[in-house]
Amino acid sequence: MNQTAPLAIDVHGLCKSFGKKEVVHNLALQVRTGEIFGFLGPNGSGKTTTIRMLCGLLKPSAGSGTCLGYDIINESLIIKTHVGYMTQRFSLYEDLSIRENLEFIARVYKLKNRTQRINESLDRLKISKERAHQLAGQLSGGWKQRLALAAAMLHEPQLLLLDEPTAGVDPEARRSFWEEIHNLSTQGITTLVSTHYMDEAERCHRLAYIAFGHLLTTGSIPDVIKDAGLHLWIVKGDDLYTLAEKLRLDPAITHVTAFGQTLHVVGTDAAMLEQAIQPYQNNHYQWKQAPAELEDVFIHLVSTAKNNHG
Amino acid sequence: MTLNFSFQRLWAVIIKEFIQMKRDHITLAMIIIIPLMQLLLFGYAINSNPKNLPTALIKGDQSSFTRTLIQSMKNTEYFKFLDQPVTEKEANYLMSIGKIQFAVNIPPGFSRKLIRHEIPDILITTDATDPVAASNAITAVNALSSRLFNRDFQGSLSYLVPDPQAFNLRLHIKYNPELITQYNIVPGLMGVILTMTMIIITALAITREYERGTMESLLATPVRPLEVMLGKVIPYIIVGYIQATLIIAAAYFLFHIPIEGSLMLLFFLALPFIAANLSIGVTFSTIAKNQLQATQMSFFFFLPSILLSGFMFPFYGMPKWAQDIGNILPLTYFLRITRGIILKGTDFIHTWPNVWPIIIFMVFALMLGLKRYRQTLD
Repeated sequence: MNQTAPLAIDVHGLCKSFGKKEVVHNLALQVRTGEIFGFLGPNGSGKTTTIRMLCGLLKPSAGSGTCLGYDIINESLIIKTHVGYMTQRFSLYEDLSIRENLEFIARVYKLKNRTQRINESLDRLKISKERAHQLAGQLSGGWKQRLALAAAMLHEPQLLLLDEPTAGVDPEARRSFWEEIHNLSTQGITTLVSTHYMDEAERCHRLAYIAFGHLLTTGSIPDVIKDAGLHLWIVKGDDLYTLAEKLRLDPAITHVTAFGQTLHVVGTDAAMLEQAIQPYQNNHYQWKQAPAELEDVFIHLVSTAKNNHG
Repeated sequence: MTLNFSFQRLWAVIIKEFIQMKRDHITLAMIIIIPLMQLLLFGYAINSNPKNLPTALIKGDQSSFTRTLIQSMKNTEYFKFLDQPVTEKEANYLMSIGKIQFAVNIPPGFSRKLIRHEIPDILITTDATDPVAASNAITAVNALSSRLFNRDFQGSLSYLVPDPQAFNLRLHIKYNPELITQYNIVPGLMGVILTMTMIIITALAITREYERGTMESLLATPVRPLEVMLGKVIPYIIVGYIQATLIIAAAYFLFHIPIEGSLMLLFFLALPFIAANLSIGVTFSTIAKNQLQATQMSFFFFLPSILLSGFMFPFYGMPKWAQDIGNILPLTYFLRITRGIILKGTDFIHTWPNVWPIIIFMVFALMLGLKRYRQTLD
């Protein structure tokens, strides 16, 4: 990605409280034009709230910034015309057919050549003319997501805000979904996408991780991993469960996580970590040092954040 | 450019609402069935001028006079005498269990006293637990007495003919001389039915978007509050007209109510009334948190409308404070408009004093709704 590309999203000090509960705290985000930006974090961490603030659906309690160069506080109406927002929960009209939903959106955005654009959109969705008369409420989860994405893209927005677009969607549909997003990226369309899937996070150009309303890290994947400064040992062998129990007692080991048939043993100090695992480096286990992975970083960030903000 | 009101976006909302209305069979059924049910119930069941009321006769005397008396009471159509005369004790019992509305007691020696010019009494006892039921019947009996026996008082009894009164009091019962309740109720029902269905349907309109989660998508689009609100109101104006046509057709064909004035004028003036009700409905919709609350608020508005507008009870019979509340409600004015045009043949100039308060109400309700409409999910 071009480092000097103008910022599609540039916000700082963003806060949002509902009553006394602060859901987003002092959040800053910079997303470059044409970038696919991953937005990660546990459930209830404030991802949806942040996205809603960006597209004018919620008024920030504090903070300021721009979206596509428009002020997020005062120019949210203009932002709405240039942003495509896909909600976490399907929010198109279930009692309208696929085509009727798209027609409604097309009219609301005052699109020219309405029929042509809807037909193009249906072609891209691989929906036949007959199927387009099916009610949206009768579609399966995957088809609903595709329709929602098509609706969010119908007015050719410069920025897509996608809130967990692939939750509950089968792998094949997820794959084609991401192909579409990368395709849009090459056309210069910026995407901010929230997700829980690591493989999806790894397909983003840059990402941000948020927990308990706090932004914990942001940057490209190598940067994020480097900034965390973690050291990883991967261990294989018998009865890893008992081993994990023992390792967790050592303060030099920040966390131990099961990954398939292996354990990831992570620490912040390489020497102390090596010392800690030394008693178990025998012929029962095979140890291997490796660079930390994104998921190790996130697990580390959340456990640290839990101590600070949780 | 995108910040201003757009007819194209309004049109988008209208089309969407129409399609949704078309698919919502329960609401569609409600739109047709509620007016029909109310028409049949109110039109056929309610009668504030009841006739053929069950009456017991305590016959202490029998003569041509008493036969004349009883016959003329029957002729008023208000009294329906039991097959057999009863004793005073039986009459008391029948009244206490609600089997009779009246007991007519003709004391022994009535005819004799009459001839002797001793001015005998006839006692009519009425069950006044429901004053409305008895009042017209009593009026009819009072009208009888003075000249009732003139035909019997001939020849040697002519001295009993009462002197003519010094002046005559004439009563002219205008617009509905036969005091047919349906003439009052059915034109009024048009307003009541429109109030009820219009408010409930639109009160659900915006809360439904919130409950189904579609509001999030809608708010993310550039659509403006006024476009949403008008877009939800306009399709139901057509529904309102369907109901109005249904009611007027029933009034004419089912209840044979004469339509004295201009139907065109009535339909034209129904517009501000329908719009006023839809506006208050949409406003409730912006205030209510869910569809249940929206329904409750509709009833909260509907109850005073039906009770204090002059639909159920005479407007001028209410205390000042009740009239004041009634004077705020659009139904009060619309009742006067419909009854005026249908029964009195009123023209536009004479209905105007009842039109502008409805328009003011509508504008006020719409403004309140716009103010309450949330443009964010906060």
